[in-house]
Amino acid sequence: MELDPVLLSRIQFAFVVSFHIIFPSFTIGLAAWLATIEGMSMATRNPVYRRLFDFWLKVFALSFAMGVVSGIVMAFQFGTNWSALSERTGSIQGPLLGYEAFTAFLLEASFFGIMLLGRDRTPPWFYFFSCCMVALGTMLSSYWILCNNSWMQVPLGHTIVDGKLIPDDWKAILLGPVQRIRWPHMLLGAFLTTSMCVAATGAWHRLRGTAWEESRVMLDWGLGLAAVLIPAQILLGHLAGDIVHKYQPAKFAAIEARWHDEQPAAEVLVGWPDEATGRNLYALSIPRLGSFIATGTWDSKEVGIDSFPVQDRPPVLIPFWTFRIMVGMALVMMAISWGGVLLRVLGRLEDERWFLWLAFLSFPTGFVAVLAGWFTAEVGRQPWVVYGLLRTKDAVTPSLSTPMVLASLAGYILVYSLIYAFGVVYFYRLMRDGLTRRTQPAAGYGLNTEPVQ
Amino acid sequence: MSPAAPSDLALFWAGAIAFSIIVYVVLDGFDLGVGMLFGATRDPELREEMMGSISPFWDGNETWLIVVGASLFAAFPAVYAIFLPAFYFPVLLLLFGLMFRGVAFEFRGRGGPSSLWSAGFWIGSGLVAFVQGAAVGAMILGIPIKDNQYAGGPFEWLRPLPVLCGIGLMFGYGLLGAGWLILKSPTRLRDWAYQRAPFLAGGMAATLFLATIVTLVQAQGVVMRLTERPWAALFALAGALSLFGALRGVKSRRDGQPFAFTILFFLSAFGFLAAAFWPFMIPYSVTVASAAAPESSLSFLFWGAGLVALPVVLIYSVVVHAVFWGKLRIQGH
Ligand code: HDD
Ligand code: HEM
Ligand code: HEM
Repeated sequence: MELDPVLLSRIQFAFVVSFHIIFPSFTIGLAAWLATIEGMSMATRNPVYRRLFDFWLKVFALSFAMGVVSGIVMAFQFGTNWSALSERTGSIQGPLLGYEAFTAFLLEASFFGIMLLGRDRTPPWFYFFSCCMVALGTMLSSYWILCNNSWMQVPLGHTIVDGKLIPDDWKAILLGPVQRIRWPHMLLGAFLTTSMCVAATGAWHRLRGTAWEESRVMLDWGLGLAAVLIPAQILLGHLAGDIVHKYQPAKFAAIEARWHDEQPAAEVLVGWPDEATGRNLYALSIPRLGSFIATGTWDSKEVGIDSFPVQDRPPVLIPFWTFRIMVGMALVMMAISWGGVLLRVLGRLEDERWFLWLAFLSFPTGFVAVLAGWFTAEVGRQPWVVYGLLRTKDAVTPSLSTPMVLASLAGYILVYSLIYAFGVVYFYRLMRDGLTRRTQPAAGYGLNTEPVQ
Repeated sequence: MSPAAPSDLALFWAGAIAFSIIVYVVLDGFDLGVGMLFGATRDPELREEMMGSISPFWDGNETWLIVVGASLFAAFPAVYAIFLPAFYFPVLLLLFGLMFRGVAFEFRGRGGPSSLWSAGFWIGSGLVAFVQGAAVGAMILGIPIKDNQYAGGPFEWLRPLPVLCGIGLMFGYGLLGAGWLILKSPTRLRDWAYQRAPFLAGGMAATLFLATIVTLVQAQGVVMRLTERPWAALFALAGALSLFGALRGVKSRRDGQPFAFTILFFLSAFGFLAAAFWPFMIPYSVTVASAAAPESSLSFLFWGAGLVALPVVLIYSVVVHAVFWGKLRIQGH
């Protein structure tokens, strides 16, 4: 492959969006959880909830700020690097992004200020209301952006006039069959990510013997929520697979690394798809299972990649592996959350250090699964940017030159690495000390401000 | 390109976007201004108070930039698709500026290289202000277009007029920021800001004067328009009077006046530009009518976002500002 503006813009988009999604997948769940424990604290007056709230609020503030600044970058990517896409599909993608800004971003950003600094300036009910508004904002945001992406995956409800895509059925775009599955799948992905992080934090503090009461509450909530959510998520994932099977057969074949038509089709569990020869090396496969996964019968015929014209074939290696990583993470989450609930029922949760270690080490599972899921969806969609309608190579900004994109990409990598590196250090310190050390108020509007120096 | 008149919906959205730009300029203007003033002192007490005065607002303020961008993408995708490629590197700098500013609120004071994040905060603020001014200057000079896409090079915007406009806006936002600090601070920070305000106003007036001269020489299109619309001079007059009012407020130490009159100044300047550009969105090639999205998009946006969401957003923006109304509370005072 040659370094042209198209390839570089793709790498740039993948880089900045992958950086961005890490924060939403954490903050969407955290906002909802903060609202919940604020409600619990109002209802029970148990001070543990208030201490937990104050701690997670600081973590939330840090990740929310990084989510916002990396998100602003996203809002301009479509214009700077994909202006042909913007021009041709702007009348569909634009309103969706517009609604996201009007209904979600403004809501979360405005009430975020109150949540962070307004506790002493507002009555308790209003403070609680603000927490709920922030949580609502993050969820609405994920709805609109998934609408947008679902439309790019499976375009519905439009007509074509003078080469431009014009919306003519908004209901299909807003509530189409694809969106109805993918949005809940993403939302649960975010909730699971947060649950696993909360449980891991509880386990970590328990292992170190700090924050005794709080760590118990975190373990219970985190593991309990994950245990309930994970079966639902696996079901939704299965339904998402059905959608791909139906609307994007080439992507499905890539995920399954099925090179030729097969009847009945086998399922490759693991292996190394070799794109050069169109074969799977070191493959471990189970006969007939592929047909069963795709259709629920043991002998259906499944299409292979060589049934599609060469110029319409997606890459195979990446979707194949990222899909398996996502499913693997789902199994890990299930094992840990169910195991934890079992140990809790047996009354041994806090004594089994090996389990606490496992729970602690599983904090990245959610992030990994979310990223892997997006890579499956997006790389599998290639070579189209709007599936079946607009090719990625025709979507790029015409005035871009290779040095321009090379420079911007280098800039993003430099700036993000710097911010990321320090962000990780600050997160670590906050996680380690946030529950045990009290902070000093500083000049500002309220008492909840961060320490100075 | 049809020379047709814009539809009612297109007009509504052009108006809504103009309104959002003004809200953005005033709101983010003051916190960008405070950000730049932050770089003008090393006194840690003043610096903390400056940060404190904008920390509940910066995120909400900045979101209006997203509102402008997203509304443009939604209602006038052709403009969005020309404008952003034309400003490829300025947009990049703007985004980096916003990033360093945004993380500074969280990263400062957590140990580590605090001076790095402080520097990022004020340099980032200055960069953002400069780029926005430069974009206005480049618009006045005109943007080359072919087949509905940007057709110029990556550095078209780096010419004298845009640079002057960029510097002018830095002074202007600085003045807004000083007005905000005067309004909000109960301590010596207020006096500090009072002392800086005349310099900022003077700097802005001087750069604007130079920019006007360059415009007369280089941007014939704008000059032609304005001679056809002599009433535009009223906006210039209103601007001059507002600046005078702001300075009067500084002199008589009435805490609300500099901020209020600086806002009026920005409104007048905006009116003046609108008079010079209308009905073009990108002077003088893309009009409101020719860039508008199809009616099915505009009306979908109108019924939900325009009629319901926009007013609700305004209500709770006011609520949030009301919660934090009044002077800052300083611990230990
Ligand atoms: C599933 C969720 C999700 C996904 C896939 C994306 N985002 Fe995002 N985004 C959010 C969920 C989110 C959020 C939860 O609403 C954020 C994250 C943290 C935050 O502060 O708000 C956010 C912030 C955020 C902001 C800043 C908003 C503000 O000022 O408050 C912008 C402009 C975007 N995003 C734009 C995008 C674009 C253009 C994306 C696609 C390419 C994208 N996001 C993917
Ligand atoms: C057995 C379990 C799972 C299955 C079968 C599954 C299936 C799928 C499929 C087929 C897609 C691609 C959809 C498309 O291309 O349109 C997908 C995407 C995705 N998955 Fe999963 N998934 C599972 C578990 C998980 C888990 C545990 C998470 C996160 C915690 C997750 C997060 C995501 C995300 C964020 C996407 C991208 C968004 C989307 O396309 O909907 N998945 N999943
Ligand atoms: C937030 C999670 C997401 C991740 C991790 C992600 C990941 C990726 C990746 C890896 C690519 C490069 C694919 C390739 O070129 O092979 C890509 C491309 C792209 N994605 Fe996403 N994506 C996400 C969300 C979205 C959303 C929500 C949208 C639209 C609303 C979107 C629109 C695009 C576009 C326009 C491209 C560039 C054109 C292309 O290569 O097809 N992405 N993304």
